[in-house]
Amino acid sequence: MMKRRSVLAGAGLGLTVPAWLPGCASGPPLMPAGHSAKPVSNELALLNRVTWGVDGAAVREFNRLSRRDYLQAQLHPAADAPLPASVQAQIDALGWRKQTMQAWVVEMEQRRRDNDAIASDDAKKAAQQAYQQDMNRLARDAATRTLLLALYSPNQLQEQLTWFWFNHFNVHQYKRDLRAMVGDYEGALRTHALGRFRDLLIASATHAAMIRYLDNEQNAANRINENYAREVMELHTLGVDGGYSQKDVQELARVLTGLGLNFSDKTPNLKPAQQALYVRRGATEFNPARHDMGDKQVLGERVAGRGWDEIIEQLTRLARQPATARHISGQLAVYFVADQPPPALVDRMSRAYLASDGDIAETLQAMFDAPEFTPALGHKFKDPLHYTVSAVRLAYDGKPIVNAAPMLGWLNRMGQGLYNRQTPDGYPLDEAAWASSGQMGTRFEIARSIGSGSAGLFRADVPNASDLPAFPQLSNALYHDYLAGTLSERTQTALAGATSATEWNVILLSSPEFMFR
Amino acid sequence: MQRRHFLHHSLAAAAVLPLAAGSVRLMAASPGTPRVLIVFLRGAYDAASLLVPLGSSFYYEQRPNIAIARPGSTADAAIPLNAEWGLNPALIDTMLPLFERKELAFVPFAGTDDTSRSHFETQDSIELGQPLGAGARNFQSGFMNRLAQVLGARDAIAFTDQLPLTFRGAVQVPNLALNNLSKPSFDARQSQLIAGMYQGSALSGVVQEGFAVRDEVVREINGGGMGGSADMKGEMLAASRNAITAKGFEGEARRIARLMRERYHLGFVDVGGWDTHVGQGAGTGYLANRLAELGKGLAAYADEMGLAWSDSSVVVISEFGRTFKENGNRGTDHGHGSVYWVLGGAVRGGRVAGEQLPVSAANLFQNRDYPVLNEYRAMLGGLFARLYGLSASQLRQVFDGVVARDIGLV
Repeated sequence: MMKRRSVLAGAGLGLTVPAWLPGCASGPPLMPAGHSAKPVSNELALLNRVTWGVDGAAVREFNRLSRRDYLQAQLHPAADAPLPASVQAQIDALGWRKQTMQAWVVEMEQRRRDNDAIASDDAKKAAQQAYQQDMNRLARDAATRTLLLALYSPNQLQEQLTWFWFNHFNVHQYKRDLRAMVGDYEGALRTHALGRFRDLLIASATHAAMIRYLDNEQNAANRINENYAREVMELHTLGVDGGYSQKDVQELARVLTGLGLNFSDKTPNLKPAQQALYVRRGATEFNPARHDMGDKQVLGERVAGRGWDEIIEQLTRLARQPATARHISGQLAVYFVADQPPPALVDRMSRAYLASDGDIAETLQAMFDAPEFTPALGHKFKDPLHYTVSAVRLAYDGKPIVNAAPMLGWLNRMGQGLYNRQTPDGYPLDEAAWASSGQMGTRFEIARSIGSGSAGLFRADVPNASDLPAFPQLSNALYHDYLAGTLSERTQTALAGATSATEWNVILLSSPEFMFR
Repeated sequence: MQRRHFLHHSLAAAAVLPLAAGSVRLMAASPGTPRVLIVFLRGAYDAASLLVPLGSSFYYEQRPNIAIARPGSTADAAIPLNAEWGLNPALIDTMLPLFERKELAFVPFAGTDDTSRSHFETQDSIELGQPLGAGARNFQSGFMNRLAQVLGARDAIAFTDQLPLTFRGAVQVPNLALNNLSKPSFDARQSQLIAGMYQGSALSGVVQEGFAVRDEVVREINGGGMGGSADMKGEMLAASRNAITAKGFEGEARRIARLMRERYHLGFVDVGGWDTHVGQGAGTGYLANRLAELGKGLAAYADEMGLAWSDSSVVVISEFGRTFKENGNRGTDHGHGSVYWVLGGAVRGGRVAGEQLPVSAANLFQNRDYPVLNEYRAMLGGLFARLYGLSASQLRQVFDGVVARDIGLV
């Protein structure tokens, strides 16, 4: 079907570039929109989409397999894919990992209450400050794991989707005690990242982080809180134009009554008739005494009041709606393809979604196979997270960093800190949100930080640590074998004007080619 | 549905107009043109600790631990402004002189009709300045961007890390934070190398503008501005001596003033740290310190503007006020009505302006907060109309559906 090419025929220059990925098929070479780079190799561009940014390991894996097998492996990752031992050791050593979410929440809540009881304002403030620092630490540990996985997990597509789903079902770390929950929440989404959307939706709906963030713990019969019911339709499933009404929101809110949290080891006192309906899953509780057992009318259908099963049934129903298929496919396409994805592509993905009962791997397979996919490669502006992770992956090509704190700092400076989007809509996925003049300037400064030295990435996060020897080696084999041929003449000219190795690094990381994926 | 949904809006967003096609234009601010700086206090500052309702015994009942004491009663008592209102004593050296020179007015009972009491919701809705309840919000259209459009799309800047929502829209507006201004990372040669790579690309405009604005800022901060008379240059050099070392908001405000004096007409900056749920203090303490720092900055801004102060207005706003009654932690929780500040050489100051009510239990909104009697869109609309001589249709472009209320601020 596809023919092999080893010559990139772009820009009329007739440049011959080594066939860098033997055995792989590709479509015609591309001219990225918006900048005048030479055509990029489709395979390289594909790797930049499927991973957090090309590195040697990704190229080797791609070369070992065919395009199809590589994508299959990414779409159906092994659950126990090994990380480099030193990376796994770093993750295992994170303080946050020493106990469960429930145990952390209980411990931190007790501390908060104890602090409240302190009489002296000064002592109280000091205790509260210590509490805040420890809460920050919990979220930072979770964010550190995220970055280490983004940098080094062989399951690159799954890691991208884990971020995508967190952002899709966004919660904000600074609401109440969510900093003690975000890592666990992210883990629950990672498990289903390439599975069925229904499972993702239920994992989110029944997780403490979401129940607290969107106030469903306060949603009870005759004391309705619509916050979650509205967002689950507007943001998580049907989409704002998904054909539901304010009445549907109110009725779904009634369905969701009683879905709340219980971090104690006690069970509420219930009438005998209600006891059979009580459900407890970790900290998540369905309390039938708070549930509206009356009939509801959701999206034109009568829903009999039954409790937990009624909630799961309605979430499942939402997951199977054609509007949801379109909305989710559209969001995935914006993330993976283009700010304004071709409608034909979204149609294909929606059909695959509906035919597979919301299987995300199938939906993405349809995206990869679509004729609209390949022409869009290389045009997607990197958000700050893609920018940062891809830069570090390229600069140290497999040599594991020992401290993610500088990266977390860069992300915060660029306005895309992990778990730090306040509103439930998640961070924007389009270029306009990230490419103001000040943001580009900040990005160049971060290019300078990354390109000029090890930037603290190789100094362990312990007192008196010293830097391990490390240098951002961007002019590496990967660059010479694969990247150099994709650069525009303007970029090559700028690189040729560099007066030092570090300046060369900074220019490469500041180039338009490196801003897109 | 009237909820935010970024993608929904962004897909429909209009293309951004560059300031001038293919080039970066940094026009010197011409003399006599109004300069407006909006200062957004993010986190909802406790307005009742700034402008103290001296005449209200209810205030002292409701705030046994955090009320600002009656004038004369203690060393850190309120400073009387008129029969009804007093000023937080932390501002005695900075804002009181401006008030006495009639260059500062306070507008109590100011704010938005949004009652979500959510910081984010309310900040967003104020920055966008769109009618409430009129369908989906457009996150690509902030009111300051619309004002810039009406004013001819030039000389606007945000002194912030990200482009704030209020400046998103059809005009390309630069942004640059001045709070921790370090020397530029790139020299001219390096900037050119980088900008050269973007030539002919869609990002070329913002990349060039980013470098140009940074260079310009550093030059102005160092007193080497190209505009202005020899006198002004001398003044700049003289003033730069201490300003570079000035700490916190004061230093930032001096840098902002230089840029507003020399280059820009429309600016925005935000200041955080106002969400005082615990131990906010009274005439002294945490909140008083924050107000003192803010006051120092605003006074420094007025000072640094020099002659241009006579054409300048600064409006200090916040997303909402706080509960009138103190909470169990000697702090305050999220409320509704706030107090806005309007200062400037041409401001009709020395007074407490706008619609008012006696501060009493009966007049609280929902039994807990200051009401909003001076809605921000109407008030800012009235101010802009007067300052810039906007027509009704121009005003509609900035604040759709609003009836501007000129409360005589300028």
